[in-house]
Amino acid sequence: MSTATTEPVLSYDEALEKFDPVMGLEVHVELNTKTKMFCGCATEFGAEPNTQVCPVCLGLPGALPVVNEKAVESAIRIGLALNCEIAEWCRFARKNYFYPDMPKNFQTSQYDEPIAFNGWLDVEIPAASGDGTEVFRVEIERAHMEEDTGKSLHVGGSTGRIHGAEYSLVDYNRAGIPLIEIVTKPLRGAGERAPEVAKAYVATLRDLLRALHVSDVRMEQGSLRCDANLSLRAKAADGQAQDDVPLGTRTETKNVNSLRSVERAVRYEICRQAAILDGGDKVTQETRHWHEDTGVTTSGREKSDAEDYRYFPEPDLVPVAPARETVDELRTTLPEPPAQRRKRLQADWGYSDLEMRDVVNAGAVELIELSVEAGATPAGARKWWTGELARRANAEGKGVDEFGVTPEHVAELDRTVKDGRLNDSMARQVLDGVIAGEGSPVEVADARGLELVQDDDALEAAVDKVIEANPDVAEKVRSGKVQAAGALIGQVMKEMKGQADAGKARQIILSRLGVG
Amino acid sequence: MSTDIIRSSAAEIADALARREVSSVEVTSAHLDRIAAVDGDVHAFLHVDAEGALAAARAVDDRRAAGEELHVMAGVPIAVKDVMATKGLPTTCGSKILEGWIPPYDATLVSRLRAAGMPILGKTNMDEFAMGSSTEHSAYGPTRNPWDLERIPGGSGGGSSAAVAAFEAPLAIGTDTGGSIRQPAAVTGTVGTKPTYGGVSRYGLVALASSLDQAGPCSRTVLDAALLHSVIGGHDPMDSTSIDAPAPPVVEAARRGDVKGMRIGVVKELGGEGYQPGVRARFEESVQLLVDAGAEVVEVSCPSFDFALAAYYLILPSEASSNLAKFDAMRYGLRVLPEGVDDPSAEQVMAATRDAGFGDEVKRRIILGTYALSSGYYDAYYGQAQKVRTLISRDFSAAFDKVDVLVSPTAPTTAFRLGEKLDDPMAMYLNDIATIPANLAGVPGMSLPSGVAEEDGLPTGIQILAPATEDARLYRVGAVLEKLLVDQWGGPLLATAPELTAKGA
Ligand SMILES: [Zn+2]
Repeated sequence: MSTATTEPVLSYDEALEKFDPVMGLEVHVELNTKTKMFCGCATEFGAEPNTQVCPVCLGLPGALPVVNEKAVESAIRIGLALNCEIAEWCRFARKNYFYPDMPKNFQTSQYDEPIAFNGWLDVEIPAASGDGTEVFRVEIERAHMEEDTGKSLHVGGSTGRIHGAEYSLVDYNRAGIPLIEIVTKPLRGAGERAPEVAKAYVATLRDLLRALHVSDVRMEQGSLRCDANLSLRAKAADGQAQDDVPLGTRTETKNVNSLRSVERAVRYEICRQAAILDGGDKVTQETRHWHEDTGVTTSGREKSDAEDYRYFPEPDLVPVAPARETVDELRTTLPEPPAQRRKRLQADWGYSDLEMRDVVNAGAVELIELSVEAGATPAGARKWWTGELARRANAEGKGVDEFGVTPEHVAELDRTVKDGRLNDSMARQVLDGVIAGEGSPVEVADARGLELVQDDDALEAAVDKVIEANPDVAEKVRSGKVQAAGALIGQVMKEMKGQADAGKARQIILSRLGVG
Repeated sequence: MSTDIIRSSAAEIADALARREVSSVEVTSAHLDRIAAVDGDVHAFLHVDAEGALAAARAVDDRRAAGEELHVMAGVPIAVKDVMATKGLPTTCGSKILEGWIPPYDATLVSRLRAAGMPILGKTNMDEFAMGSSTEHSAYGPTRNPWDLERIPGGSGGGSSAAVAAFEAPLAIGTDTGGSIRQPAAVTGTVGTKPTYGGVSRYGLVALASSLDQAGPCSRTVLDAALLHSVIGGHDPMDSTSIDAPAPPVVEAARRGDVKGMRIGVVKELGGEGYQPGVRARFEESVQLLVDAGAEVVEVSCPSFDFALAAYYLILPSEASSNLAKFDAMRYGLRVLPEGVDDPSAEQVMAATRDAGFGDEVKRRIILGTYALSSGYYDAYYGQAQKVRTLISRDFSAAFDKVDVLVSPTAPTTAFRLGEKLDDPMAMYLNDIATIPANLAGVPGMSLPSGVAEEDGLPTGIQILAPATEDARLYRVGAVLEKLLVDQWGGPLLATAPELTAKGA
């Protein structure tokens, strides 16, 4: 049961001095196939509860599953993109356990015969030296196919979980949606970079899946979900990680539903487990829930080794045996590898390494690509996505793409600034309007009456007024301290209620004071 | 056709309907009347849908009157085992846990019956979730054998076979996981076929053991079984284990009936000791008739068959334990709240419902299966059983390299008395010793009457087995044997069954 009590934590630095983290990341990806994994029901997100269901996905007596060939194709493409081997023959298995949101009380999944296995994905993190990036290779254990469960809504009670709820509602629209579970091998050697590696891995995976067009990869809608396994092992006296030390007891943190949370949750678990081990206690093997708001994990159900899913091959389905020609054909549909793609785009866009790093960290590579395609300048697109939008995203713990701002919006915004209709501060106001759902940037600017004043007389009058009111500053400028003009420009902009072109104001001030 | 509609074969009824000598409403009403008269004693039906059956019959009659081209079986009524999902009709599987459940969809084979214009008389009784060989494990009371109301009609499909034997329906749908079509056919003096696994869609068949279950026809003649087989057989995209090929030419085979030059193997392991003398005697006579008809008969050994029962009772419970997990009170069927618990959790409601809703035999097999699949035991039980299964398939392959079909008695005994084996699961399980290998290997099998045992005057059955997808061979051999036996008896075996006293239900 969850409790609100805060558990003791060690400081991150101290934790890393004493312990070496080992991670395992399990990512569930909802495929964007038109129909479910084993039936013909639609998969659209956000439909009225229980409207996208049939005897198969409701698990009614007598109903039988049939494999969605498109989902198998997506699984193979994901496997290939993750440099995996593709099984020549594999089966589904039943994972047996009782839960109200699971219609059959078993999940049709894959067990010891995954469709894809033994792969890797390279992820880039900023170099420790602060200069450039370094590559961390994440080994992929397997990628397998399974079906999603329904969604429970527990009503009443304080926790929103089944315990203490007055009643529960179940929406089976999600039941049977195709999922691919991608499991890494234990990630060792990341040391204090572990949280960053975790985040970079999920971000890279997300970009890859997006480029494959196999999933909406929207973490906030649950179409990409990450479970982070973490354990610590003691460091040797010399402070070095040691590979011969056995792995510690791990916890599995669920509900990690944003890139930022991945990093924070791993970091928190390192500090929490370190405090336990440092105090001489044992870490409990359990599922933990990440709380975005408080930034802590709390205990979920204990996951003892006694938990037995009684896996056995699904007798209702025939084995999946993709022909080698099919696999080869699918290989030709793979997108450019993310690292290679990033290098190409960086060159095309003329970004510095630092700028590109910010773009990658903000998860904005594809957004910028689309913005540029829509007509934005690379510099303009970068400014909006990694500047204003990234700032807001950080503040609100969201992704940059979660504000309803599209690449087309950014391109339009960039154009209005470039054309001289808006200045930067006006453009930021317009962005507020776009985020508030008031329409496209031009529509917002029109509705809010935002437009640079092109009337030179008014601007000249304002400049004269400001020079008169600030003779000291004016004198400084006259005597050659041009940078002092900034204060005057600010006053002029204020006088013009912000609706002036700051560059032009500067030009007039300097010419009036005889230094232009 | 004979003057008594209900004693006519389905083929005769179909012909009379086509010639417009009789209407479907008349045929259907006659059977509904018979059900009303005798089912109080036999209890073959759990649910009778007089209204629906008559409406379907009327619709067929109207279409025929309008000159429409109809299916050859249009208007011939049928009974359906209560394990098949029927839209708008209760489907309980003989269990309390599904009491009151009305499926919102039709099983594929039910759709095919409806599409053919066959009125559905109702749903037949069965051992709960098809677990049993006597129909005594039905939560709604046993079905009685029309030959002797104190005896079992076989199981799990005792209701379907008894309905056909008691002339309550000319045809019925059964399902066979380890003999549930063939053994009831044998002990009621009727015909039943378990088609090749994948030959008839399982979509809508409430699963007992997915890798073993197969639906098939129950009838009084070999030709009737073939006619029904061809209605329900053939590929179904809703069942991925369904064979993607046209249904085998069973009707043609049943009409042709020819064994000249055929090689027939008598399975050494399925006979002899443990088989009732009358069962053995009738079997041997049947084999002699086939020799007389020009078949070459040889003895064939299938040594792995000795382990079939053991493997079956690991595979079946394992799959069943998972298949039956869905009955949890959350979405449909029975819901029982635990006693003395104020604020029960979902798990407590599931447990209380499953405790109250499942019978002892079902619980026994769920526990067996759960155990056999547990980590640490899986390899020794489920894994080992799958290996035995492979060996049994190999025995069949080797045998079919030498012979065209295999034969054996269908069941070791004639119908035993109600209650006789109820407290002895092992004795009950042994009823299926001869039928189980076919399910494990997925090959087709048929039982047809071979006579009556002189020691108790009860019917005996002979089983014919063929290679996968060669279902037509069953009908070729079955038709020949049936004709020779009926000639010898001077009429159908069921004509010698005691009259059921008609008393209003
Ligand atoms: Zn569905």
